Amino acid sequence: MTELARSRSDTVTDTTVVSEEGVVTEVAGPVRETAPMGRAITAPPRGTTRLLVTGIGVVAPSGIGVEEHWRSLLRGELAVRPIEGFDAARYGVTVAGQVRGFDAEQYIAPQLKVQTDRWSWMSLAAATLAAEDAGYIPTEEAYATSVFLAAGSGGNEFSQHEIQRLWAKGPKSVGAYQSIAWFYAASTGQVSIRDGYKGPSGVVVSEGAGGLDSIGWARRVVRRGTPAVLVGGTEAGVTPYALLCQVTSGRLSTAARPEDAYKPFDRRANGHAIGEGGAILLVEEADAARARSARHVWGEVVGYGATHDAHHHEDPAPDATQYARAIRISLADAGVTPDEVDLVIADGAGVPELDALEAQAITTVFGERGVPVTAPSSWTGRLMAGGSALNVATALLAMRDGLVPATGNVDEPVEEYGLDLVRETRERDLDVVVVLARGFGGFNSSLVLRRHREETQ
Amino acid sequence: MSVQGRRVVITGIGVVAPGSMGREGFWDMITAGRTATRRITFFDPSRFRSQVAAEVDFDARRLGLTAQEVHRNDRFVQFAMVAADEAVADSGLRLGVGGAPDAPEPERVGVTIGSAVGATTRLEDEYVDVSDAGKHWLVDPRYASRFLHQALVPSCAATEVAVRFRAQGPGTVVSTGCTSGIDAVGYGSQLIEDGDADVVIAGASDAPISPISMACFDTIRATTANNADPEHASKPFDARRDGFVMGEGSAVMVLEELEHAQRRGAEIYCEVTGYANRCNAFHMTGLRPDGVEMAEALDQALAQGRIDGSEVGYVNAHGSGTKQNDRHETAAVKLSLGEAAYRVPMSSLKSMVGHSLGAIGSIEIAATALAVQRQVVPPTANYEVPDPECDLDYVPKTARDHKVDVAVSVGSGFGGFQSAIVLAKPDRRPS
Repeated sequence: MTELARSRSDTVTDTTVVSEEGVVTEVAGPVRETAPMGRAITAPPRGTTRLLVTGIGVVAPSGIGVEEHWRSLLRGELAVRPIEGFDAARYGVTVAGQVRGFDAEQYIAPQLKVQTDRWSWMSLAAATLAAEDAGYIPTEEAYATSVFLAAGSGGNEFSQHEIQRLWAKGPKSVGAYQSIAWFYAASTGQVSIRDGYKGPSGVVVSEGAGGLDSIGWARRVVRRGTPAVLVGGTEAGVTPYALLCQVTSGRLSTAARPEDAYKPFDRRANGHAIGEGGAILLVEEADAARARSARHVWGEVVGYGATHDAHHHEDPAPDATQYARAIRISLADAGVTPDEVDLVIADGAGVPELDALEAQAITTVFGERGVPVTAPSSWTGRLMAGGSALNVATALLAMRDGLVPATGNVDEPVEEYGLDLVRETRERDLDVVVVLARGFGGFNSSLVLRRHREETQ
Repeated sequence: MSVQGRRVVITGIGVVAPGSMGREGFWDMITAGRTATRRITFFDPSRFRSQVAAEVDFDARRLGLTAQEVHRNDRFVQFAMVAADEAVADSGLRLGVGGAPDAPEPERVGVTIGSAVGATTRLEDEYVDVSDAGKHWLVDPRYASRFLHQALVPSCAATEVAVRFRAQGPGTVVSTGCTSGIDAVGYGSQLIEDGDADVVIAGASDAPISPISMACFDTIRATTANNADPEHASKPFDARRDGFVMGEGSAVMVLEELEHAQRRGAEIYCEVTGYANRCNAFHMTGLRPDGVEMAEALDQALAQGRIDGSEVGYVNAHGSGTKQNDRHETAAVKLSLGEAAYRVPMSSLKSMVGHSLGAIGSIEIAATALAVQRQVVPPTANYEVPDPECDLDYVPKTARDHKVDVAVSVGSGFGGFQSAIVLAKPDRRPS
């Protein structure tokens, strides 16, 4: 802990009442525990910081809870199915990975549920699951825990209802919670408030790369002295207007049969299926995790790299130079060589041009068939910001069990890609796993995870 | 990557703000104490509780964007592109395709763009068409634009700026509500500090003056109902304040590693010596009046630069003009700076340019950087009637020559986010 060790705990004694409008109606007296001057000033640390994943919370089409998700992947269950809830046929897209059997009230109070979108329900649930998995009880120092999530498309369903009211019935029919339910920071804010986390929190948006980027940014937060950060994110865009918006990317499969829709690295790759949900993980600075005797360590975040194609507002760069560079940066950051990497979890866009570029990036760094590659999002659909976070969870599960989940829907892999594509669950001792992600518009991110080794003292 | 001792300076500033044109127009306007708030012209506001806003008279084509750039991008992205153009030109860095030999490596240039609500205006405009003004839940794809995915996911703003200047380093959009603008510049600074970039194009943009945004702030009475006198509707810290005035705009800064800037003889506005944020973990829209978390952010931001509160020469306030914010913030500044809070001028630009949600943090950083460079403090317009709970020096109406070696800008937003950034003269003698 190098930031100012100065406690300003919640010692508000007066009653503070906040109305539904968010207006504080009674005034609490100012609280001052320490004098403003004469404090010990410490610059933020710049040393190496070890970052451990100590908790995982999954709310995904493949299952709720980390083990349910894992079993589903290992069984090779396709969670991409015909869209339920509305007739999507008119959008030319009829399948998606939806989170089924999700009872939000199991995780959040009814009054919070009505204030929030499905996207936030899933974030709140995943945050609860992650903290439970970690056995994490926030310390008295509220600033010691941060929430740093990725967002993609905000509170879609909630917002479509409210905007419909506005246009159909007029401004006065818009509900009081639209202002807090739709915007991209809503889930982060709600988790922070519900769980009392006051640390440096944030929200990044880099489309599908966001889940990895939230971890990259959280590392900066930890380096600067905050020991625990909730990272990752969820998405809930399987709603009429959000689906329509995503269709315009031209990257969604129009196949009617789920097994035909999302086929990364396959000859018949024809786009992707979208999905909802994601994962939230608790990352902790190693000493802090040890100090609280963390129940378990899933793995260590040892490297991260991000680049941007900076090529075109829509099309990927025609070579994979920047994508490969992101991978190389992450490896150098981790201090591992390409031949030490045991598995790559690919972005797996499912669009031939994008698959070819990813294969090029992977083979440039790791050589032809130099490392096993899998794209488990083929089972769940692409969950945008939630997807790359879910892939981190999958990587850690794979590492734990020494099992590589297969890529779904692959009938005829494109041999010219030169990938060792994992098509059946494969046993393999995994020490170092690289997770890749891309975001629409040219975001490239790479995260390196390593199996945790207890330090001998 | 962690690199010791890398310092960050601002070498370029671009502004798209209501009531003015570009960085210098903006500075002239705010130092004249002129307000840009007016009755809403973008749509008929008569059915809304709050009918005033600070609108930008923006002609994207005249400001250099192509027809297709305008076609595919929401107004908030267009603002960011124009502001980035001005900032990069101002920095003297020759970024982009065909850059000069002395230009920085594209791979060492990053982008961090903040936005609270992204392409909300375009999403609403398109929604009206595809739903036939709210008639249909199952929206009609035949009326949809080709570029709705970019509208749905605001990361397109970082992409457009990255493509424009061939910034192949790390890029992201930062979306922490109304502190997005401070956080984006803060994160950009961290990219440089940590050695991940030498130059970062950092700022924020929002264009939320649309029916849905106005309606949702109407219902929680966060915006002003002072429709009779739009020019004087935004009254931060004044006892008569009754809510914020919606605004729009963008500011983008070129952040540069100090030695990188010095080597090329760049003109430096100021150094970013500290940035910190905290959450209040209290309420999505409510603020506990004691300001503890904002004070904590401010303390930490000052501590990073080893700056004592007594050295602060200007506090650029969030000053939204809601009852609770201005009280909260006054308490926070007193908590952090102690007795010095009573001596330091503190003003709110929102009195003049409104509250452009995520963008305003960057617009306020732009103003604060100019205040440090020019040793002038912009005023709080419309400030006349003191509020006993807001008892600091809010620089009423008239700009002031003042020694500003160190300035801070603070922000507060829905979700409980509290952010602070510290700007200082680079040759300031550390205390």
